[in-house]
Amino acid sequence: MKRLCTALAIALALLAAPALAHKPSDSYLSITVGDTGVTGQWDIALRDLDFAIGLDADGNGEITWGEVRTKHGEIAAYALARLAVRGDGVACAIEPGAQQIDEHTDGAYTVLPLTLRCVAPPAQLTITYTLFADLDPQHRGLLNLQALGQTRTAVLGPQAPTQSFELKAVGRWAQFIAYAREGVWHIWIGFDHILFLLSLLLPAVLLWRAPGWQAVDTFRAAFVDVFKIVTAFTLAHSITLSLATLGFVSLPSRWVESAIAASVVLAALNNLWPLFHGRRWMVAFGFGLIHGFGFASVLVDLGLPREALALALVGFNLGVEAGQLAIVALFLPLAFALRRTALYRRVVMLGGSALIVALAGTWLVERAFEVKLLPF
Amino acid sequence: MFILQSATFRSCAALALLTTLGLPVAAAPHLPANDAQVLETVPARVANPRARDLQALRVAWRANPRDAGLAVQLAQRYFDEAAASGDPRYVGYAQAALAPWWDQVAPPVAVRVQRAVLLQYSHQFAPALADLDAAVRAEPDNAQAWAWLAAVHLVRADYGASARACDRLAPLTTPLLGIGCRAAADSLSGRAEAAATAVAAALQAAVDARPEARLWALTRWAEIAERRGDAAGAERAFREALALDVADVYLQAAYADFLLDRGRAAEVLVLLKGGARADVLLLRLALAAKAANDPRAAGWSRELAARFDAARARGDRTHEKEEARFALALQGDATRALALAQSNYAMQREAADARILLEAALAARQPKSAAPVLDWLQANHVESVILRSLAGKLVAVQ
Repeated sequence: MKRLCTALAIALALLAAPALAHKPSDSYLSITVGDTGVTGQWDIALRDLDFAIGLDADGNGEITWGEVRTKHGEIAAYALARLAVRGDGVACAIEPGAQQIDEHTDGAYTVLPLTLRCVAPPAQLTITYTLFADLDPQHRGLLNLQALGQTRTAVLGPQAPTQSFELKAVGRWAQFIAYAREGVWHIWIGFDHILFLLSLLLPAVLLWRAPGWQAVDTFRAAFVDVFKIVTAFTLAHSITLSLATLGFVSLPSRWVESAIAASVVLAALNNLWPLFHGRRWMVAFGFGLIHGFGFASVLVDLGLPREALALALVGFNLGVEAGQLAIVALFLPLAFALRRTALYRRVVMLGGSALIVALAGTWLVERAFEVKLLPF
Repeated sequence: MFILQSATFRSCAALALLTTLGLPVAAAPHLPANDAQVLETVPARVANPRARDLQALRVAWRANPRDAGLAVQLAQRYFDEAAASGDPRYVGYAQAALAPWWDQVAPPVAVRVQRAVLLQYSHQFAPALADLDAAVRAEPDNAQAWAWLAAVHLVRADYGASARACDRLAPLTTPLLGIGCRAAADSLSGRAEAAATAVAAALQAAVDARPEARLWALTRWAEIAERRGDAAGAERAFREALALDVADVYLQAAYADFLLDRGRAAEVLVLLKGGARADVLLLRLALAAKAANDPRAAGWSRELAARFDAARARGDRTHEKEEARFALALQGDATRALALAQSNYAMQREAADARILLEAALAARQPKSAAPVLDWLQANHVESVILRSLAGKLVAVQ
């Protein structure tokens, strides 16, 4: 017997894998939340119902319409005992309708119409699905939820028996604001972007007169310099952010992140040993192209609504600009006021730049060689 | 185990008929014409000793679901059903039998081996290997665990580990299976000729072995011979295996591929008549119908597309190899085929997985994406006329 088992095991082991390709057990549950109420349709495979409650009454291997028809009550009771729907936390009563038959790719299904009586038009729908969970843990319910013009899909089953869905209509404006907020947030927590910008802005209130930095005379001169840098940076990263988000260009993230770190190092080094004085806006543009790819990866991670791609893109980008302007608005008056002090020229400008070089240099090594050097 | 029940045959026939007639899949809800209309076929319960045994086992298990011995026995039976019929529902039933232990870190050894079998079925190779390794540590004479270790390592292209498992298995099983196990690993790691000779000798010495075991060894031998370029020998072995009259989806698919490669599509249509229920066979039918300009080609392609869509809807990734072939040969979408073949190759690395990745990379003119296959060919000294020829073309494109 042991030998036989082994024989079977090996034969199975080496042959079963490629032969497995059949459809596993699925049910199809559609729920529609409309103005007049909540309705549904639940397609359940006759094969599965036969295993659960026995449809093939005469046991001849053929399930006839007559056999299914006489079991309609039992099918509905069995299925509905394994589905619970709550609207805003309150259970909805589910009434079954008259069943029909439909064919899916793997055979015949009973089609069970549902009427759901929820207390009010729900803003949140919670579905608990346990059909066949005890008999076949690999069974899944494929949910198609239609509400307020939106279609959502989900896979229900023992891996996540209870799932909730927010049905509030998400307005275009709210979506736009949400992406703009993400943009602001990203620039504020994105230290590499802030440090790059600061490295370029630090000398804006100064002028290079070899061998050192002198304070500029007018606020207007500083402002024009800052304006050019910020505009160039914005233009550049908007271009690559759009190209990357829309899928026209794609760069490996390790390369992008390393290049961003390198751009911060170079921008800060330029304050210690000026090479580009007066033309820092060109540096801002060139490296801004790389920072745009960094923004794009964040936006893609957020998940883009396919129907509102442009809206998300513009919202996020404007958010980044707003966040950036807030930093500039804080920085410029302060730097202008302090520009003649040794504190600004020595400590902030030179010391700060040196610190930035050290920090960004560490990032560069971390990102290029995928090692961890800093605890943050 | 490999014998299909008559009911399954009937259901295959019913579905084949359905597809042949081109009836729409997921038509629309309707009321059948009369009570006698047959909607679905399932394994018959009356006059079916196999179903009766299974039912008796199920009743016993129901009465005592925490009895590990009964649960493993039932799970094993369901898994056998899955292998015979290709219906993955049985794997779910098997998992339900193991439910009390399914999430345990260290269940009893027998449960653990059975859990590994079910895990590898859904391509969860890492946890399956963890279970099997633990099983042979606890029971070094567990033949079943060694056999599955050999099989999983083979799929993962770890031929050294597979051969070692076969060597541990050999004293615990028949010479035919021990030698066949070892030959599978050896034939892909530079020792194809010796492997073929060993299996041939083992087959000669075991003329009275169970037909299932002979079929398995003959199929292995045919595949090795085909890879080595011995088409006549491969064909003889395939035909001898088919003549054993043991229904076996893997053998049918392998022989169908052999015929398709040699422009003998018409023979595939005859060989697989009535096999449309299994996705792997439906794929070969669709490929053959297209090659032979058979009018059923479009209907079968639509049916396949619908099945792949259904699998994707539930997050199932076990069809990627078949879907890649489908995308490449039947939809002419080399880019999608390449993405699927790459994703599939990250999971399993058998010769067929390598081949579709090479073909897709060639068609998409992206030779670099097949680099893992070229590395695999080189590192293991894989002997395969077709894979070497594809790799040569790929290098020429580079």
